[in-house]
Amino acid sequence: MEARFDQGQGDEGAARTDPPTLASLLAQPSPWLDGSGSKSEIVLSTRVRLARNLRHEPFTHRAREDQLRGVLQRIERAAARCTSLTGGAFLPMHELGPLERRFLVERHLVSHELSDVARPRGLFVAPGERLSIMINEEDHLRLQSLVSGLMLGDAWSLADQADDDLDGALEYAYHEEWGYLTACPTNAGTGMRASALIHLPALVLTKQIEKVLKGIMQMGLAVRGLYGEGSEVVGNLFQISNQTTLGLSEKETLESLERVTRQILTAEERARETLLRDARIQIEDKVYRAFGSLRYGRTMASAEVVNLCSAVRLGVAIALPELPPLRALNELLVLTQPAHLQRRLGKALEQPERNVHRADFVRDYLARAMAAPRATGGES
Amino acid sequence: MLCQICNKSPATMHFTEIQENRSSELHVCQACAQEKGLTPQVNPKNFSVSELVAKMFDDMATGEEEKIGPVQCPSCGMQYTAFKDTGRLGCAECYATFQAKLRPLLRRIHGSTRHTGKHPSADGEAVARTRQMQRLQDELQRAIDREDFERAAELRDQIRVLEAAAPHPGNPSSPRG
Repeated sequence: MEARFDQGQGDEGAARTDPPTLASLLAQPSPWLDGSGSKSEIVLSTRVRLARNLRHEPFTHRAREDQLRGVLQRIERAAARCTSLTGGAFLPMHELGPLERRFLVERHLVSHELSDVARPRGLFVAPGERLSIMINEEDHLRLQSLVSGLMLGDAWSLADQADDDLDGALEYAYHEEWGYLTACPTNAGTGMRASALIHLPALVLTKQIEKVLKGIMQMGLAVRGLYGEGSEVVGNLFQISNQTTLGLSEKETLESLERVTRQILTAEERARETLLRDARIQIEDKVYRAFGSLRYGRTMASAEVVNLCSAVRLGVAIALPELPPLRALNELLVLTQPAHLQRRLGKALEQPERNVHRADFVRDYLARAMAAPRATGGES
Repeated sequence: MLCQICNKSPATMHFTEIQENRSSELHVCQACAQEKGLTPQVNPKNFSVSELVAKMFDDMATGEEEKIGPVQCPSCGMQYTAFKDTGRLGCAECYATFQAKLRPLLRRIHGSTRHTGKHPSADGEAVARTRQMQRLQDELQRAIDREDFERAAELRDQIRVLEAAAPHPGNPSSPRG
């Protein structure tokens, strides 16, 4: 078992200057799961994604192979010269196998759409995975910043800076009235989709979640699961993002998202207080039973791990003793996904074997995480 | 998440509906979706926002196109009907080609048709001019509404000066380069 828990690894992965490779990505959990940043006991991560297209090229779905190859090359070159992406690496998606592509999806570096079709597509990823570019997805560029905790300002600055750098080298499709032009008019304008991945177990347990979600939608925001559009909600993890991109500036959109997210956090905190007041023993029982399963289980499906981690996460957030650090629980969400397990092992496994291997991995990982001195705190 | 109809089974189907500039989502289980006839014609896994955009055209006036005849983008050759089917435009030029139809659609999706966010560095000057022009025109309209004709005349003069300074008057969307 080569599970490792790298405690004390720099938050930005700043020590590493080599370009990331699939192997180096595999060797280290994604830094955006490290449990740092504001409100990280409830907000796992913040993401800002900017959609951009090259002015004189047809959009991806209308472009010919040779045009897509040209776009890929131009963006790769521009990214390689861009200061904010220094030390980044280019991965040609169409040359990767299905397991490798799936691995990048699980890591939140590429979308299902990018990993799907065998057309000239690519991923440019900066060291530390905080910045990445999907090339030739629905739009020519999808620039993404991904950071731990509720850090909309930081995520925006990272993406904005990289966008400015790239703008110097590429000519973007832009219309003075309609802003950045995108293949789907739902993204036109800022081209920005900002989101927070939040953990709301107490709102789910107290059955207030429907009301809260309805409220979010009325505010013009969208709610999705852990893996974006069309994905199911598992482990009480909800992704909240802005729905519209035309009319409000980036700053106004981010402020509105931040405001709503903070309201949800307050609601979740209140629900946690209520649960602890009225049903403390039931909550503790749920947390420690979940922990017991993770610690001693012998076969486990991927969704089960996510759900168990969700319960233990709640225990950590309400400061119950003898539980693993937040960071290890976050990391398990991604490290136990099928392609991560199989790539780590270096071979494909059928589901029953995979479930056994997953349980072994979780036990080992938690044992190491708990033996290590407490890693980075996530308190704000 | 539980199905919002039966509140029993887990919701496995997720819908986004946009009406009167407001979007709402519906999360339901397979059984309820089938019962209520919500099952989309396509595989739900591939049921994308662009298909929903395409569906929005069903509600919108189509008579206009019949009057004008088929519209095709001169740059990428995309037919307007293809955009209606897929919900995706073919290139940047499509926005200018289909602008008469896109404007109401954008308003429906976003509740606005005016970008106020960042812009490419090379477009800086033109963007600043356009935004100032929009500001002046808005103010002019308000002055006319409240019958402040003195102010309206001032604003009209300012707009003329600005128009005269523009390198490509009347064509704010022309691509650079």
